[in-house]
Amino acid sequence: MSMSRIFAAAVLVFAFAARAATQDLGLGKLLSESDIKQWDITILPDGTNLPPGSGTAAEGAKIYSVKCSACHGDAGKGGVAPYYPALVGGQPLTNGIDTVKTIANYYAYATTIFDYTRRAMPYNMPRSLSNDEVYSLTAYILALNKLIGETDVMDAKTLPQVKMPNRDNFIMPYPDHL
Amino acid sequence: MTKRRRRRGAASLDFVAGNGLITRRALLGGGVTFVGALGTAGTTTGAGAEPLADAPWSLAVGGITPPVQTASPFEKDVTRTLSNPRGEFRTSHARTPHQLLGGTVTPNGLHFSINHGGVPDIDPAEHKLVLHGMVRRPLEFTLESLSRHPLVTRMAFIECAGNSAPMFAKEPVQATVQMLHGLISNAEWTGVPLSALLDEAGIDPTAKWLVAEGADAQFLDRSVPVKKAYDDALIAVYQNGEHLMPGNGYPMRLLLPGYQGNMNVKYVRRIKVINQPAYSYFETKNYSQILPGGKTWRFHFVMEVKSFITYPSFGLNLKAPGLYAISGVAYSGTGRIAKVMVSADGGNSWGEAALQGPIHDKAFTRFVMPWRWDGQPAILQSRAYDDGGNAQPLRAEFVAMRGEATRPVTTPLAFPNQHYNSITSWAVDSNGDIKHVYV
Repeated sequence: MSMSRIFAAAVLVFAFAARAATQDLGLGKLLSESDIKQWDITILPDGTNLPPGSGTAAEGAKIYSVKCSACHGDAGKGGVAPYYPALVGGQPLTNGIDTVKTIANYYAYATTIFDYTRRAMPYNMPRSLSNDEVYSLTAYILALNKLIGETDVMDAKTLPQVKMPNRDNFIMPYPDHL
Repeated sequence: MTKRRRRRGAASLDFVAGNGLITRRALLGGGVTFVGALGTAGTTTGAGAEPLADAPWSLAVGGITPPVQTASPFEKDVTRTLSNPRGEFRTSHARTPHQLLGGTVTPNGLHFSINHGGVPDIDPAEHKLVLHGMVRRPLEFTLESLSRHPLVTRMAFIECAGNSAPMFAKEPVQATVQMLHGLISNAEWTGVPLSALLDEAGIDPTAKWLVAEGADAQFLDRSVPVKKAYDDALIAVYQNGEHLMPGNGYPMRLLLPGYQGNMNVKYVRRIKVINQPAYSYFETKNYSQILPGGKTWRFHFVMEVKSFITYPSFGLNLKAPGLYAISGVAYSGTGRIAKVMVSADGGNSWGEAALQGPIHDKAFTRFVMPWRWDGQPAILQSRAYDDGGNAQPLRAEFVAMRGEATRPVTTPLAFPNQHYNSITSWAVDSNGDIKHVYV
């Protein structure tokens, strides 16, 4: 037996042992990532998985008045009922531990606005917005908060670059749990 | 002391702390002492009592034995309280009535439930759980294929990070245990270790995070460290022996013992292994906390050591002096309860309570402390310690670290901040009426 054959046999034995160690029970059905595409709506802060499409605040304003203002009020000011949050403004967090958390005073990443709006809004019609609509609404909310310019286009490239004011204010109580 | 000795028979009691706390040994077979204590409480039947007669329910054949039994009609008030009974387009909370329950297991019908987008009506035959991302083999599981794995069973509490939030108020909110502490419950969960599924899919060893997502109308999602997944996470399919309740995640949920309730994603349909946290809406906003001075906490996963007295408590006033058993629950998101100390004099003196075993990791332990109430004002408190050396903080310590609400808290439904784990104090006045106080 040549050295290369011995080596190949050793690799096979090792591979078999590793496979057994991972407890491959064969009970899950194998999928491809393309099977999961429709479900994979997770957007990461660096922009990973943002879909194609784009939108501006002007387009967002039109969609907002039809699909969002009934709960969130005119121009994101809230006030329709106490449990529908305002989408604009926010007091400094130094006001107290019970300061109302808002997009402008709290969110670490603008991608969170896109992700949550697409997965959960409108409240009674989740997943009904197109990607362009979600980009437009995200642009509208960010522009209302003066976090982007009135005419800035939001897309997979620009959205992750929006700097949120509270991003560097977070501390982790239990770093050892990561 | 002289005051107590004057009382007839009371000298035989073994007091361990001020204002009438009696040694827990009284519960552990110290029969003579305990019966003696009861006897002095005026429970002996005197002359003039009615002779015993058979009750009507004993003299006729009883009712039909039903296929699924529910609680006695006399228990009709043992219910959850609802924050959104008409199903308006907002979050719904149902709180557990701990002051009306015993032991450690929350009955399934009374397990607390919070739903941010209503309770979905899921057909278990159609529900799928997908595992993908940084894995070699993306996989799909059903309730049937999951249930073919070797299942494991454990006790675990689940606590909403906003449980006890009204206690951030500057003035104590007058409310029952249910309204203050009802967003926690404890159950026996059965399911598949998440580590087995991640191994089956062949997780990338460099991955540090996963994101779990539900099939509810918010597609609620939370980022979870892979470290926790390999520690003790389950995909739970049974709750106290029956399939999960609809409000608790039917047909399957993520169980992360000791971590914020919201992270225990219900109706879980997808787990994606990722290389960074997703900063989902709920971890970005609701379950991240403002600290005094304005810094903010992110990824505060752990529900820390805590206890509260369920009886006596607000709404369950005492009718007469005599012997009572102070009782409550203690738990820690980092381990097992080591001991619970109880005070009847507002923390001036403490006695060690009896713990009802077995004591499980990250689960309720019930404590009991016999107490002879002499009819004078008392302040009842409990303080838990876990096996990691963590002590439940006193209120002054807690407020120094976490602060208080700046605005008045007008309802126990409010969430001024989260992760409250300090001490609850019940003040008993000379009439036996009980108020919530701060000490």
